[in-house]
Amino acid sequence: MALSKRQRAKAFRGVQYGILVVVIVVFAFVADWGTIKRAFFDFEVMSKLFPDVIFVALKNTIIYTALGFTVGLVLGLVLALMKLSPVPPYRWIATIYIEFFRGIPALLVFIAFNFGIPLAFQVRFDNLTTVTIALAIVGAAYMAETIRAGIQAVPKGQIEAARSLGMSQGRTMATVVIPQAFRIILPPLTNELIMLTKDSSLIYLIGVQYEQLELTKFGRDAMNQYRGMTPILVAGALYLIITLPLGYLSRRLERHTGGKKVS
Amino acid sequence: MTEPAVVITGLKKSFGPLEVLKDIDLTVASGEVVCIIGPSGSGKSTMLRCVNLLEEPSGGKIVVNGVEMTDPDVDIDSARTKIGMVFQSFNLFAHLSVINNLTVAQRKVLKRGEKEAEEIARHNLERVGLTDKANAMPAQLSGGQQQRVAIARALSMSPEVMLFDEPTSALDPELVGDVLGVMRQLADEGMTMLVVTHEMQFAREVADKVLFMDGGYVVEQGPAAEVIGNPQHDRTKSFLARVLNPTHQDPTD
Repeated sequence: MALSKRQRAKAFRGVQYGILVVVIVVFAFVADWGTIKRAFFDFEVMSKLFPDVIFVALKNTIIYTALGFTVGLVLGLVLALMKLSPVPPYRWIATIYIEFFRGIPALLVFIAFNFGIPLAFQVRFDNLTTVTIALAIVGAAYMAETIRAGIQAVPKGQIEAARSLGMSQGRTMATVVIPQAFRIILPPLTNELIMLTKDSSLIYLIGVQYEQLELTKFGRDAMNQYRGMTPILVAGALYLIITLPLGYLSRRLERHTGGKKVS
Repeated sequence: MTEPAVVITGLKKSFGPLEVLKDIDLTVASGEVVCIIGPSGSGKSTMLRCVNLLEEPSGGKIVVNGVEMTDPDVDIDSARTKIGMVFQSFNLFAHLSVINNLTVAQRKVLKRGEKEAEEIARHNLERVGLTDKANAMPAQLSGGQQQRVAIARALSMSPEVMLFDEPTSALDPELVGDVLGVMRQLADEGMTMLVVTHEMQFAREVADKVLFMDGGYVVEQGPAAEVIGNPQHDRTKSFLARVLNPTHQDPTD
């Protein structure tokens, strides 16, 4: 008996649901729930992780990210202005910087600042400085391009209006262009903050003391101590507590500014 | 006799190989209202934008209130504070409220105190009839209101000359009257004004002098009644025929 096209589509969808149900049922029976619970959701271990996982690890992740982002934003703004400079060498330097640091792993920058540069130049940075510089350098490369695009997205008429009121080029940039550019780039900038939040985990390869631990390293140390996945799961959940609201905020802002024309 | 507000001699402007202004001479007496009319592409906006050097002239000389704008060593920012400009697309600062649009340049450029700047701003909002919109954002205003705010913003710098670059071209027809009303009042108060416009009625009633431009030249200039009422040149005649009676078809076209 031949099935109509619609019946066939319906039957096919039924099969897909069937497979899903079978897989879930088989998994539910086969899985060793006791071990899974012990490995991933050990409440005893969880309770031991608190409060340090919040007041040390989460706090440090936020501090490292905030410092790296702030310094990176300033550096990114400078690079964006260099990229738009009428002086060609400034543009070249900015382009080389951006292409270089966007193209290499962030981990490499951490290694360079923690081991390479201290070795080569006989200097020693404290851990907070290392993290801040490394995150700022990587973040700036991404943010510079975003900021440049934002500056260029400000309508030319805004600049002409400012200049016709007697504002100098620099004054126009500072009071009219940059404030509007930041409004335009708030959504992509939020995404870069999320990226830096995750990159702050790269500090794990620096030997930090207990009170300097951030989420990933904290989770990893605790995992070794308690022999289970639970600390990693907790660390992951705490990252989401930071990144999910930021992602939501970014989408909200995008909807807010995306629909309306800035003129 | 007082010195003229604006003196343009031998003004030339090219964009690459395109010669937009070929040889413009114009003298505007203090307190005079000059309307510049002409087909699109005739160079009238470019000429206006050369007056405050938003466009760099390729040749010629422009003197505004005794300051030679075309002098390479002129303090252009300081000279521009005395020349107000109103744009076709308003160009209000989108991130600032109306009152801050009016005070920002007063404070940062003229270094006026906060209180003084705000007083002047409110006075000028009153002149354009928008006192109640002081705290609104530009996006909340109609086009006509935005353009009146833009006029008030330019006036807040206490300019000696005002440039209007097609100030009503981007407006819905029913909003044009409000803006022209403000400009007419400004003219009555004795402001020196250069107005690029397609509003023939306004030019006829308010302008002391009308300039007809075509192809980068001033074809004809004189009192409004003569240039618009009794044009001498064929190009002026055919332009005015098309503008004043758009449904009319010139058989020679």
